[in-house]
Order: sequence, then structure tokens, then C-alpha cells
Amino acid sequence: MASEQDKLLEEVTNREYQYGFHSDIEMDVLPKGLSEEVVAEISRRKGEPEFMLEYRLKAYRNWLKMKVPDWAHLKINEIDFQDIIYYAAPKKKPRLDSMDDVDPELRATFDKLGIPLDEQKILSGIAVDAIIDSVSVKTTFRETLAEKGIIFCSMSEAIKEHSDLVKKYLGSVVPPEDNYFAALNTAVFSDGSFVYIPKGVRCPMELSSYFRINTMNTGQFERTLIIAEEDSYVSYLEGCTAPMRDENQLHAAVVEIVALERAEVKYSTVQNWYPGDKEGKGGIYNFVTKRGLCKGDYSKISWTQVETGSAITWKYPSCVLMGNNSVGEFYSVALTNNFQQADTGTKMIHLGKNTRSLIVSKGISAGRSQNSYRGLVKVSKNADNARNFSQCDSMLLGDKCGAHTFPYLEINNNTAKVEHEATTSKIGEDQIFYCNQRGINTEDAVGLIVNGYVKEVINQLPMEFAVEAQKLLQISLEGSVG
Amino acid sequence: MLKIRNLRAVIDGKEILRGINLDIKAGEIHAIMGPNGSGKSTLAAVLAGNEAFEVIEGSVEFNGKDLLDMSPEDRAREGLFLSFQYPVEIPGVSMTNFLRTALNEQKKYRGEEILSASDFLKLMRDRKKLVDMDSDLTNRSVNEGFSGGEKKKNEIFQMAMLNPGLAILDETDSGLDIDALRVVANGVNKLRRPDNATILITHYQRLLDYIVPDKVHVLFKGQIVKSAGKELAVELEKNGYDWIKQEMEA
Amino acid sequence: MNISEQDIGFIKLFDSNRSFIEEHASPVVNAEREKAYAAFSAKGMPRPKTEAYKYTNLLPWFKAEHTQAFSLNGEWERVVESFQCNVNELDSYTIYTVNGRYCDSGKNGTLPDGIVVGSFAELSKEYPELMEKHYGSLADVESDGFVALNSMFAIDGVFVYVPKNKVLEKPLQIINILSGDRDLMINQRNLIVVEENAQARVLFCDHTASNMRFVVNSVTEGFVAESGMLDFYNLQNQHNGTVMLGGYYFDQESRSLLNANYFTLHTGITRNNIYARLNGAKAENHVSGLYVIDKNQHVDNFTFIDHAVADCESNELFKGVMDDASTGAFTGRIMVAPDAQRTNAYQSNNNLLLTNSAKINTRPQLEIYADDVKCSHGATVGQLDEEAMFYLRARGISKEEANILLMFAFAYQVIEKINVPALKDQIRELVEKRFRGELDKCDSCVVCGQIGVQQLQTESR
Repeated sequence: MASEQDKLLEEVTNREYQYGFHSDIEMDVLPKGLSEEVVAEISRRKGEPEFMLEYRLKAYRNWLKMKVPDWAHLKINEIDFQDIIYYAAPKKKPRLDSMDDVDPELRATFDKLGIPLDEQKILSGIAVDAIIDSVSVKTTFRETLAEKGIIFCSMSEAIKEHSDLVKKYLGSVVPPEDNYFAALNTAVFSDGSFVYIPKGVRCPMELSSYFRINTMNTGQFERTLIIAEEDSYVSYLEGCTAPMRDENQLHAAVVEIVALERAEVKYSTVQNWYPGDKEGKGGIYNFVTKRGLCKGDYSKISWTQVETGSAITWKYPSCVLMGNNSVGEFYSVALTNNFQQADTGTKMIHLGKNTRSLIVSKGISAGRSQNSYRGLVKVSKNADNARNFSQCDSMLLGDKCGAHTFPYLEINNNTAKVEHEATTSKIGEDQIFYCNQRGINTEDAVGLIVNGYVKEVINQLPMEFAVEAQKLLQISLEGSVG
Repeated sequence: MLKIRNLRAVIDGKEILRGINLDIKAGEIHAIMGPNGSGKSTLAAVLAGNEAFEVIEGSVEFNGKDLLDMSPEDRAREGLFLSFQYPVEIPGVSMTNFLRTALNEQKKYRGEEILSASDFLKLMRDRKKLVDMDSDLTNRSVNEGFSGGEKKKNEIFQMAMLNPGLAILDETDSGLDIDALRVVANGVNKLRRPDNATILITHYQRLLDYIVPDKVHVLFKGQIVKSAGKELAVELEKNGYDWIKQEMEA
Repeated sequence: MNISEQDIGFIKLFDSNRSFIEEHASPVVNAEREKAYAAFSAKGMPRPKTEAYKYTNLLPWFKAEHTQAFSLNGEWERVVESFQCNVNELDSYTIYTVNGRYCDSGKNGTLPDGIVVGSFAELSKEYPELMEKHYGSLADVESDGFVALNSMFAIDGVFVYVPKNKVLEKPLQIINILSGDRDLMINQRNLIVVEENAQARVLFCDHTASNMRFVVNSVTEGFVAESGMLDFYNLQNQHNGTVMLGGYYFDQESRSLLNANYFTLHTGITRNNIYARLNGAKAENHVSGLYVIDKNQHVDNFTFIDHAVADCESNELFKGVMDDASTGAFTGRIMVAPDAQRTNAYQSNNNLLLTNSAKINTRPQLEIYADDVKCSHGATVGQLDEEAMFYLRARGISKEEANILLMFAFAYQVIEKINVPALKDQIRELVEKRFRGELDKCDSCVVCGQIGVQQLQTESR
């Protein structure tokens, strides 16, 4: 059995990354390297107001003084920050409200990715913001949303047209000096999505961003800001892919969410950046800071992530539960294969009274990958009656990989109830055998079992995404039984 | 012995008891019946002093004292006993230590002499026999790993040990097979005296075949809507609760 | 990395006392000292930001300016006598250390033939092969500056050797007393060797007998060979001025069994570094601990179960009750090495916070590099069960008494793991007294017959 499994495992590792094509789109590119001049040039090219330039430069100067974090369970090759292109934009600027001016090559790219940019073709009713090499190229359904007062546009546009909101909230959840990669992002981010949901409005459709790194040697530094006013609701999705390249590419994004009183924000990610080849060559370094602030009482922020891509993932979508009775949730599936490394999890910071948080994390390791859950649950002194439950499971497929769990529980209030549970085991051979006996081959059986294992998380995704995520897992997993 | 006047209680802002009136005299057995969710168990919990419920109106007098003013432990020491519908498992606390502590606290409260270890053990043996309790159950932790029937028997055994003035048996019959039911009923009957009283809370008439009540009350939507002799229980068994609902809604 | 002034202080202290220290120690210990010196000179003590010491900063207390115990002599006989006159103790072989020095009380009784127990300073010279094989092989001077510090200054402690097939029926009770009329720093070094098929039960009781500040840096290495069995108990009952760093490093070979239990009932600041390496197939490890603390006490149990080979099992349970403004910390690392297949490893840490000033930081960790494993950990922080509380009160038991009963019930699972019935009874009694607030440093310890500081001082006048 073992040798057959090895063979199947090999098959999987040989599987090509399906999104690894490269598109020939004419790009407007800044030379490699980072300096105050480059930061200023980015700001200038984007025609930003003065306050943004100051903000970026301050972050850049801070960043110079900081060090790459080394506490994660990751082996990271030294990153040469002077060898990265910090700005690359398609030369043909599309008009944002029509498909007609979009570079046909670009359209073809998104068609290949299966992303419906053409409004005619959209059946699912998802509004899309497509971002290529950090520049927003197309946002759909803007008019429909605008009727309700919802703003869904690129970050660049928001900086120019909604500067009061940007000024008020940008950096309010993830301050520029928060960490190394957040500081870098603040200095050089080129675009991203901006969402504003006015008071009392339920966003009638899913909002979605697709991120694509295309140009060689480019870093992608997008910035997302979501503001949900009192009694509002929004569900936001992001998906990401990149071409196959031999060198590592850096992706250092920042996402900030602010939820005011009784607002609810659902943020879902299906991350499928290029993970590198079977020798561990190439792939995206995915160093992302995502944080939500439950500012108002009874607000709720829910993170769901399905992480299958990237050579290295360093990512902890977090909730700061400031409002009384606010709720934070984190649902995660992280799958690593070949030489992928992931150190991902969440932080739940309980500050308000009667705050609740839930963590469900499912790790799957295959090949020679290392997969770590790292999470913090902190209950501050004044956060009376805080509740947390965490369930972190790991599944191992093969004996060359690693699965690790590093939770931190810091409890400073005696009315807190905090529970953490974690288990690690291999995929059940008896389950596979049971399936075999019913005529299901091992590959399909593994797919079935893993899908069952991650169901709790996948169920949190909007329907269209859930299907996609399931397919993605299946592709990455077929046969990887060890 | 017990005088309940216009008792109203809420949990999580929902009113469960909506003006209960009830009088129980020494020597009597009362059965309180009613459909699910009518407030039967809430009444038991409120009388025992469960702080999850908030009393918003009314009074309860127990042997001339204001019951609602007392802590749960003082109510117990005054002689009120609740047989729990779901007895709590407490791993690590031995039955013996638990009962000895409870009994001694009661004696201290009443200004009586504390039992010596040997007298206590003798009393335990004696009471075990009375309620037909397996002797090894008392060597274990409180209710830990007890079957449903064992838990209920254990409640009756504790009742025998603490010798209450008023015992409230909350659904003590639920989940019991016929033999266990008989054991429980026998225990209750044996402990009956002219100076104590019992409230049986039950959904079915079955238990009343073994313990014959003096009065039967029907609790519906937080109020006692009907009181009669034991024949009422038979009628309820035969016709269910629907006719009461109809009567109420008419 | 640059070392600090504080580190340099220790290096200077060592330099000026080196010949005195080495003169009293065996060549093996001195050879390791050389390595420790090099390691300490390079890295010094762990900084507060070090991940392993994130929740316990010992630096404010680890200072070369303290009087060092190694330079003292005598005086302790009187201390031991005081202990002996207050007897309510276990049926055991009892030996004493005072301020880290082995103390021959003549009370050992007759040990079974072939079993060697005594002064580490003396016996380490007599058993060079054992020393060569084991000393310093688990407590690594490179990975922890405090181990390096200990190995630099190590002279004495306890040496226990249970040769092949020998069985030590009665528990061996080692009473570590801290005493004296000035603040002291102590580096104690212990070695326990249990050979093939041998069995032993070893109990460490840590006590204070005077009201001075004691800073203890103790390292114990234990080796359990094939089919060997060791029950190890540590009972800590020290006054609030004590700073105790206890390193307990064990190695287990095939089919060996180690039960280790750590009870902290009184302390100032305690950090236990508990390490066990499962190094032979079918080895079994059970480690448990109970910490009951109040006032400004601090306890940090840092445990590391290292599944180095396949087919081993480990089981870990730590429970803590934090009252007043005390702080608890727990780190439970389980590591399963590549190819350590068919590992079963379980771990649990449960905590009760009794006041809003008490704190707990807990880090259960799984680090797993093999796939055919069953591993789990759980951690909880909470309060006493409200339903159980109501049940007890409804039976007439007062809130205070119910509290104590339930706290005791919480601790019970750990106490149940003690394999010596008499010891179990005594610790049960001790823990209950602790919950009732009746166990103070002025009280006798029922296990060791320790008498209180005040009583001792009165007697010595």
C-alpha cells in the first residue's frame, strides 16, 4: 500500500499549477529598488494628495528601522528589497465603468482565470474589483451599488475622491509601525479595494476582488479598507493567482476592517498564489497583515480563509473586539504541499465586555511542507465575561511533512471562559479502506475525507466560492496519502 | 408549611412563572403536572434558590420564614430538598465527604451536635438500606459515571440522609425503568411522615401509581390553572393536555 | 550577541572563585564547566524577550552580588536537627540538602545493597564512568544560559544511582532546605541514574527555613534505562521570598516508565523547566503538575516532551489555581521527530482564576514531523462550574465550603496520579489545607515534617 501511495503522492507533486500562465500586457514599470524617491514617485504617479505622501514617507522611515520578524516557524531566504519592482501598472488605462477600453489581453487573462469581468456574463451577482500587479483595472456593478450609497472602488480612487474617509480610517486598525511588512506596505502600496457601507445598509451582493501578479520581479502591495457603518452588512471575497516563476515574488498586503455598532463584515479569501515548483523553487512570499476592529457594540467580523497557494504564508487575520458584545470569528483551511511553508492563524483581542470569539482551524500538510497554526487569544483586564473557543486540527498526508500548533492564551480576567483544543493525526486508513470497499478509489476517497474534514470552514464561504475552494483542495490533494 | 403567593419569575428577560399560588401543609403530597415548557422545573429551581432565575414579584413563606430572602444553602438547612432533574456530576468530590459536609452544615445551622465519623457511617448504611442503594455508589465521586437510574436513586438516598421537611422531586421519574421507579417510589413512601411534605413534579401519571398524591395541580404557561384530587392525574393521562389548552384558550 | 553587565558579574565571580570550585569537584564536572563557561561568556542569561522565557523574567533576581552558597560551610546540621525533631513523615529513606549542599544526617536508614545515594560532589568522583556517560548530556549549556550558569558553579547536590535490576521499595525522600541569615544564591546539581530493569521512587521536597531571599538555580538530570521505572515527585513549599528555577531533565530508554509530578503550593517565583526525551521504543511518560498560588506569587511550568523515536506514549496534565494577584504560566511543547511514528501524545492544561487581578498565560504547542501519530492538546481557563456550585448549595453546603470542595475536585485529577498511597494521602491533605488557607509557611508540612520559620527561629534562640 505504501508504495502505491508514494506513487500517488508523486503524481500530485508533479501536477502543474493551473494558473501559471503569463500575460503579455504592456506595463508601466518603475525601476527596481526602494528609496524615498521611489516612494515619492509612486505617490506622484498616482496623483495622490499631500497627506498620503507624508504618510507613506513616515512609514518608509519607520520600516528602515525595523527587522524581518523571525518568530514564525518558517525558513525564509533573505529577501533583497532592492531587487523588487514596487510599481507596475498596465499602460492602457481602462475606463473604470466600461469594458470596452480594457486591453483585450487583460480581458483574456481574467477570462482564463474564470473571473467574470463582463457584466453580461455575470450570473452570480458578484461585484468584482480586479487588481493586476497592484493596480485596480476594473470594478463592476458600481452604479447598482452607488444607488444604495455603497462605495466600492479602487483604493487610488478612494484616496482622491473620498479622502476624508481614507484619512479617518486608513491605518486606524493596522498602524504603519505595526510590523515590518505592514510598514513596507504603507510606504509602497499601489492600489487595492475600498469599501464603504453606509448606515443601515445591507450590501445586496457579494463584493469581490481578484488579485493577479503578472510582471516579473514585481512585488504586490495592495491595500484594502472596509468600513461598515452602524447596522450595515457586507460580505467580501478575495481570490488570488500568479504566473509560475523561478524566483520568489513578494506579496505584502494589508487589509483593514472597521465595523461600527451592530455592523457585520464577512471577509472570505481563497488564496491560490503560485506555490513554487515541486523542488521548492519559486513561489510567492505571502506576508499579509489582516485585522478587523469591532469598534461598535454588537458588531461582528468573520474571517474565512482557504489557503492553498504561496511558497510561504505568514498571515494572521485578527479581530480586535473593542465594542461590548462584539463577536470575532476565524475559519481557516491551510493546505501545504511540496516545500510550501505556512505559519498562519489569528489573534482575538478581547477588550470589551461580553465579547465572544470562535476559532476553527484545519491544517493539511503533504509532501515536505511545514504547516503551523499560530494564534493568540487575549482577554484584557476589563473584558468581563469574554468567551473563546478554539479548535485547531491538523492532518498529515505523508511522513516528510510537519504539522504544528502554537496557540497563546493570555487571560487577565477571571470571568473569562477560554477553551482551546487541538488534535493532530493522519488521514484515517480505515476510512479510506471503507471507501475502497464501496468501490471508491483512494484518490477520490482522500478527496471525500478531506472535504468532510474541512466542511465546517468551507460552509462559511459563499456558495460560488465554496465550490471553487472545494475544487482547489481536490486538485491539490488527489492521491496524496502517505 | 409552604405558602406561595403570586410568584413571578423571569430568565433572560422571559417570564416563565406568571403568578403562582400554592399552599402545602405538613403531611401532604402534591403533584404538579403540565406540558413541557409550562414552568414546572422553573418553579422547583426558584424554590431552591437557583440564581439563574429572577423573582420579580410575589412571596414564598416556608415554615413561617421568607424563603426568597435566603441563600440556597440556608433554604436547604431550613429543610427544603430538591431532587434534581439532572443531578450534576462532580468528579473529585467523594459522596461520603459531600454528604458529611452537607449534614454537618445542617446540624451546625440548627445548633445540633455534629455526628461522629462512626455515627455518620452507621447512618449512611442504614439509609442506603432504606432506599435500596448499592453500597459501592457511595465510594465514588458525586454522580460521576452514574447511570440515569443510579443518579435518581442517589437523589433519594441524599433525601433520606438529610431528612427534609419539604422535598421537591423534579421529574424524578423521567428516564427510569420500572424497577428503578419502584425503588424510588418506595424510598419516598418510606420517608413520608406527618410532619413532612412532598411536591412531585412530573409529566406522566405513571409515578402517581406508586406515590399517591393528596392534590394534583396543572401548571400551564406559568400559572396553576387547575387543582383537584388524584383523579385529575388519571384524566390527564387519558386525555392528554390538549383539553386544558383548549379550555384555557376558549 | 553582547552579554550584559549582570552576565559579566557572574563571569567575574566565577573567575575569582574558580580554583576553589574546581578543587571540590570531579574532573567530569570540571570539563563540563569549561564548556559552560564558554557558552555563558558567549550568550549570558536568556533575555526577557527570549520566547522560552516570555512569561517569566528572572533577571532582576539573578545577580552575582548575592552571597553564593558554594562558599558557605557548616551551620546546616542544626537546621537538619530542627527538621528531624518534628516528625510526621513518610516511611521513606530521607536525606537532606541545605542550601544546595548534601548533608549527611545519618538518617538514611540502610539502603538496599548496591543502591547508592549521597553527595553529588563526592560520588561524582567515585563513579567517573556514570558521570562520563550522563553528566551534561541532557541539560544543555548551549541552549539555556541558566543551565550554563548552573554548570559553571555546580559543586554539590544529590547523587542517586540504582543499578541494574535493583528495586528501591520505599520512596527516597530528598529534603532540600534553604536556610541562613542572609540572602543567598544557590546552584544545586543533582543526578539520578536508574539502570536497566531497576526501579525507584524519588521525592524532592523544597522548603525554606528562614525568612531570607533565596535564589535557586537547580539542575537535575535523570536517566531511566531500558525497562527501568522512576516515579519522580517534586513538592514545593517555599516562602514568598524564594526565586526558584528548577530544571528537570529526563531521558528514557526502551520500555521505561517515568511518572513525574510537580506540586507548587507555596513559592515566590517559580520557573520549572521540565524536559523528557523518549529515546527508546515503548517508553512511557506521564507528567503532571498542580500549582496553587496567591498573593504575588508566580509559577511558570515550561514543559517539553521530546518524542525522539517511534512507538512511545506521553500524557501530560497540568492544573493551576490562581488567587489574589498571582500569575501563572504554562508552556507545553510536544515534539514528534521525523520517523517517530505511532506516537501517542496527549496534553492538557486547565486553569482557574479566582480574582480579577490573577492572570494566566498558557501555550500548549504541538510540533509534529511524523504522520502516523495521535496527538492532542487542550487548554482551558475558566471558573468553578456554576451548576455544581448550585447543586452543593442546594444540599445545604455554604458557598465558601462549596468553593473549597470544587477547587479540591479540580485538583483531584492531578493528585490521583501519585503512585505512593501514603504520599497521595498526605498531599491530598496538604492541598486541602492549602485551599482552606491553613497551609502557611508557619505550618508543618505533613510530608516532610517541616516546621515553620518562626518556630525554627524561636527554637534556635
